[in-house]
Amino acid sequence: MSYGDALPSLAGIDLSVAKGEFVSIVGPSGCGKSTLLKLIAGLRTATSGRLTVDGAEPGRSQCKAAFVFQEPNLLPWRTVAGNVRLPLELGQSGKASNNVEPDELVERTIQLVGLSLHDAAKRPSELSGGMRMRVSLARSLVTNPEIMLLDEPFAALDDILRQQLNEELQRLWWNKRWTGLFVTHNVSEAVFLSQRVFVMSRSPGTILESIEIPFDFPRTPELRADPEFARLTGVVSGHLRRAAGIAGTQVSIATAEATEDA
Amino acid sequence: MPDAPKSKTALLFRSVAPPLILFVVLLGLWQFCVWWFELKPFLVPGPIRVASAAVSTFGKLAAATKVSAAAALSGFAASLITGVVIAFFFSQSRLIRISCYPYAIFLQTVPIVAIAPLVINWFGSGFRSIVIITFVISLFPIITSTTTGMTAVDPELLDLFRLNRASRWQIWLKLRLPNAVPHLITGARTSSGLSVVGALVGEYFAGFGVNDYGLGFLIGRNTSQMRTDELFAAVIASTLLGITIFGAVSIVGAFILNRWYDVK
Repeated sequence: MSYGDALPSLAGIDLSVAKGEFVSIVGPSGCGKSTLLKLIAGLRTATSGRLTVDGAEPGRSQCKAAFVFQEPNLLPWRTVAGNVRLPLELGQSGKASNNVEPDELVERTIQLVGLSLHDAAKRPSELSGGMRMRVSLARSLVTNPEIMLLDEPFAALDDILRQQLNEELQRLWWNKRWTGLFVTHNVSEAVFLSQRVFVMSRSPGTILESIEIPFDFPRTPELRADPEFARLTGVVSGHLRRAAGIAGTQVSIATAEATEDA
Repeated sequence: MPDAPKSKTALLFRSVAPPLILFVVLLGLWQFCVWWFELKPFLVPGPIRVASAAVSTFGKLAAATKVSAAAALSGFAASLITGVVIAFFFSQSRLIRISCYPYAIFLQTVPIVAIAPLVINWFGSGFRSIVIITFVISLFPIITSTTTGMTAVDPELLDLFRLNRASRWQIWLKLRLPNAVPHLITGARTSSGLSVVGALVGEYFAGFGVNDYGLGFLIGRNTSQMRTDELFAAVIASTLLGITIFGAVSIVGAFILNRWYDVK
């Protein structure tokens, strides 16, 4: 699959994700991770290659996809509730799923992402970075999507907030089981959230490796202290270093003894 | 800090007092020069003479100001509506934009004084021609600022709208138009000032032959009749009119920005 000249070209992307699966894609900057998500969303078209979403071309697929950007990208002139309601106002449908009144659905989704109804009337400028990202998540969830495409949504947040949102994202996914494609730079985040982690290399973007993450769901914060978690993080990091072309591809991996020392 | 202002009133006083004192000093200097150099009143009348002319012709002045305000606001309103409609078409296609833009620039570069006689030729003298001249001069800033605001939309937000299968009209109404409002306000501030210029130039050329004349006509007549004190009074009235319209538009704009765009 190749793309335009200005954008990272992709080659040898051989990747299939099952319905209801949550996978992460990690890779060095500029390897085309975001381009891949936009191709899947049907926002860009590939010049060659074949990409199907639910058996159809991304643009023509009946499958409902939602996209979460790195920036919350909220409309400053709308309130929190107004921003969450936006997708319901667009397109021909204009009507919400499940025969729920849009207002009720908006309120429910706002509460689902951990915001209060008191926050619903606020403007984006009154919220913290973490809260804005929650609104952005709510905006993508409100359409009850079948596929969620997340492009480094928590990259701008501090680590504790990121962990907290990882746990909540995982809970949201576990409850609804949409198909999740999560792009990130953060290895620990990828391992915590995913059933499989793909490592991409750059120019041209290729899938180098696919690593199974076998932990059960729902996963708890304690998992991060698990030696097996540390081992898998090390494995993914090793592949990522190779993808980035850093010498010394073998990384010594923290084991049970190392964690006990600490 | 020993001389830190203690309250808002003190702060206001400290920012208002200096220009006010300077104003009084300048008025005094002006009056002094008129008296010292024995300047002829039809060349340079003193401030006292101007003030008394303003008081004695107050009714005439107020009526003319009202006529000019009506012309300026009508032209401004027309340019606001037309400008947004033109910007709508400009925002729809790059081809339309690059095809029409040179002609929009024509509006900006043609000297208003040069086309005023033409407008009068076509539409006759009076209020209608004056409003058209005002409209022409204040249209350009609205078009450019609003077009910029409608096209300079975050590409990720466009992606978001497209992903949710938004129609062109929905993208315009819910994204491009609200995104353009802060730009439109900047353009409207410029245009509001220009609209007073347009109204006065229009009245200067086309304001004759009517009972309700405006400040532009009054200025022309006072000049030809060497009533320089009344001329000064009319100039001051025009300035006040300009400040008032510009100030009102700025206040409305600041309110909108503060309420919906979090610009403090």
